[in-house]
Amino acid sequence: MTEVQEKVRDLSEKYGRRRENLLPILQGIVEKEHYLTSEAMIQVAKELDISAAEVYGTASFYSFLDTEQRGQYVIRVCKTISCDMKGKNSIIKAIEDVLKIKVGETTQSKMFTLLETNCLGWCHKAPAILINDEPYTNLTPAKIKAILGDYIRNAEGKQKIIGDIQYER
Amino acid sequence: MKDKNLKIVDIIFKPHLVKYEVLDKTVARSNEDILKEIIDSGLRGRGGAGFPTGLKWKFAAEQKAKKKIVICNADEGEPGTFKDREILTKVPRKVLGGMAVCAKIIGAKRGFIYLRGEYKYLLPFLNEELEDFNKHLKEIGLDFKIDIFLGSGAYVCGEESALFNSMEGKRGEPRNKPPYPTVAGLDNMPTVINNVETLVYALMICSIGSKEFKALGTSDSRGSKVFSISGDTPIPGIYELELGMSVYDFVEEFGDGDTKAVQIGGASGFCVPRKKFKETIIGFEGIPTGGSMMIFNSTRSMYNVLHNYLDFFEEESCGQCTPCRIGYQQLKKGVEAVKHGEKNEEYLQQLMKLTETMKLTSKCGLGQSVANSFSSIVNNYREEMVY
Repeated sequence: MTEVQEKVRDLSEKYGRRRENLLPILQGIVEKEHYLTSEAMIQVAKELDISAAEVYGTASFYSFLDTEQRGQYVIRVCKTISCDMKGKNSIIKAIEDVLKIKVGETTQSKMFTLLETNCLGWCHKAPAILINDEPYTNLTPAKIKAILGDYIRNAEGKQKIIGDIQYER
Repeated sequence: MKDKNLKIVDIIFKPHLVKYEVLDKTVARSNEDILKEIIDSGLRGRGGAGFPTGLKWKFAAEQKAKKKIVICNADEGEPGTFKDREILTKVPRKVLGGMAVCAKIIGAKRGFIYLRGEYKYLLPFLNEELEDFNKHLKEIGLDFKIDIFLGSGAYVCGEESALFNSMEGKRGEPRNKPPYPTVAGLDNMPTVINNVETLVYALMICSIGSKEFKALGTSDSRGSKVFSISGDTPIPGIYELELGMSVYDFVEEFGDGDTKAVQIGGASGFCVPRKKFKETIIGFEGIPTGGSMMIFNSTRSMYNVLHNYLDFFEEESCGQCTPCRIGYQQLKKGVEAVKHGEKNEEYLQQLMKLTETMKLTSKCGLGQSVANSFSSIVNNYREEMVY
């Protein structure tokens, strides 16, 4: 069994092998591997005893279940109207300048992927982005460059970098 | 508030001094008593569609089934809406309390929060709250357990039947209705699915009483509502306001002095131009909203706004039914062609006909509601579409 197959098996043990457990399993793979490889999806199909086409068909429906290679950190820039009006293009430009990639691309080091996404639910603090699960809001080109700097300096991912949203009790 | 026509309300976010106090007092009452209170209050769903909450609960309670389900719909994806995130962050116990009251009435033992993938950062916090809450339910002897199901970035999953499919591990495609969720929802079990905000109001009505709630709002739109306000405003954010105000009063308070249009109800809602501010009421008798209020000032091109919406729907269409899948592509191509002078102005009429077809023939709200924003923008800002 390869490493990926073992991971899929572990996730299937954890969540269960019924169809209703498909999404949590796929989400678990994406959390670890950043995207779904064919190998992983075929293994999921075996574990759940459904066809691989069913797995791919379901995964490809959801924009957060990527089936193409993604970097360690997936940056999703909100492109819906409020963020668009508050300068999301300047944020994308700043990210492109720092990482030397265009929207849809992954850096050669496989550290970052830059994507656009639909409404993230931070319209009052636009422009907003997600880096993996962490939201960053009220961005300016200078602020996003500083944030990317933090991620790059922390290249091994030793520390978990927390977004700028604090929740209150 | 400087304007008397707008009233700020504090039902949703008001902190409780004693943990789970309202829930404990409510579950001590009889089911009939609670249900009567909620039906009396005239509370309608706060997710946008506005179905009477008490009736929904009653229908589910009347179903004879061994297993029933309560789902809190936290798949808030409508552009310009962000109030559910705030409610879940500030008063999660009230949301959970609302679910528990519903479970008691309909006889459900399992509950889920369907949390959109974009809000995954809330998981550790919400799981902590849930652990405490599930423990408390055991202590008070209510046989009900809540879990969180995480979405994965699909707007259409906010549609209730698409949400069930998603939870069943399938593509999030809406189902045909009927059967309605209260008859056959998740795994064909009778299911009550309510928006985050609706559940909090249901709980709070049990505390403040239907009379006090009904005293707010109008005969069609009882009570208050949490609004998500964004766009060209000096004070964007989340506000709980009494229902039934005019757009004029709203803009007086939240506009930047140069407001040209207000989009009510998000990309699937209506665009109200300045000349109609006074006559337009925000509520079920006028323009209903799930809370999204986006303000545009005179520097904004309404063509860009419309194009952005069409882009959104084109991507988020589940692709299951043709009118919606192809319709959005054609609408986008069409407005681009008119803008670039490849088609003449009359072509807009043809596009308008297409939106009517989509409204009639699409399976769910995603395809049906395009006619709202498309016609309200194109009719009121025709020049901007052409030149």
